[in-house]
Amino acid sequence: MMLTAAALAILVTMALAIVRALLGPTVYDRILAVNMFGTKTVLLIAFIAGMADRGDYLDVALVYAMINFVAIVAVMKYFEYGDLGHAGDQTAGKGGDH
Amino acid sequence: MGLLDILSALMLLAGGLLGIVGAIGILRFPDFYTRLHAAGITDTLCTGLFLGGLAIHFGFTLATVKLGLIFAFMLFTCPTASHALARTARHNGLEPWKKGDRVA
Repeated sequence: MMLTAAALAILVTMALAIVRALLGPTVYDRILAVNMFGTKTVLLIAFIAGMADRGDYLDVALVYAMINFVAIVAVMKYFEYGDLGHAGDQTAGKGGDH
Repeated sequence: MGLLDILSALMLLAGGLLGIVGAIGILRFPDFYTRLHAAGITDTLCTGLFLGGLAIHFGFTLATVKLGLIFAFMLFTCPTASHALARTARHNGLEPWKKGDRVA
């Protein structure tokens, strides 16, 4: 009963996040909303595991959390450097401006 | 209904409330950085409360260990993602919203 209510709260959160992802004026707003959506998806999978009383479903949630993080970082790297193979900021740590 | 069930229900309730508050923040705040603040702050605690409530529901089994692993992973990745997102936006020249600016 409580699990169902909490899962409904997660669904409401996901709906609001996807509204921001569709509206979002900049691309960063969209990435932020999609990141939140992914985080809440992990929780939703965990709740499905709880409602079905099957602990093995939690592996899916764990893997989804990792994929979500890697995907967000990859998308951000693409938008920061315009290239997924970029080596990053070369001046960092060598006494550069920042 | 035992004490643990009540504790679990309270944690789930608080987590759901925090999640919805974060989502309202992401929808209503005026620019990207304020939205990032709303989402970044609520996400981690919301996740912790939800997973804690679920762990009480599952009892002391292997599932609790997996929930702990998910929580530990989220505890590190949520702030990291927020930080990287803010850095990317700043690096690409997105200016923070000031009082009196037009709401984007």
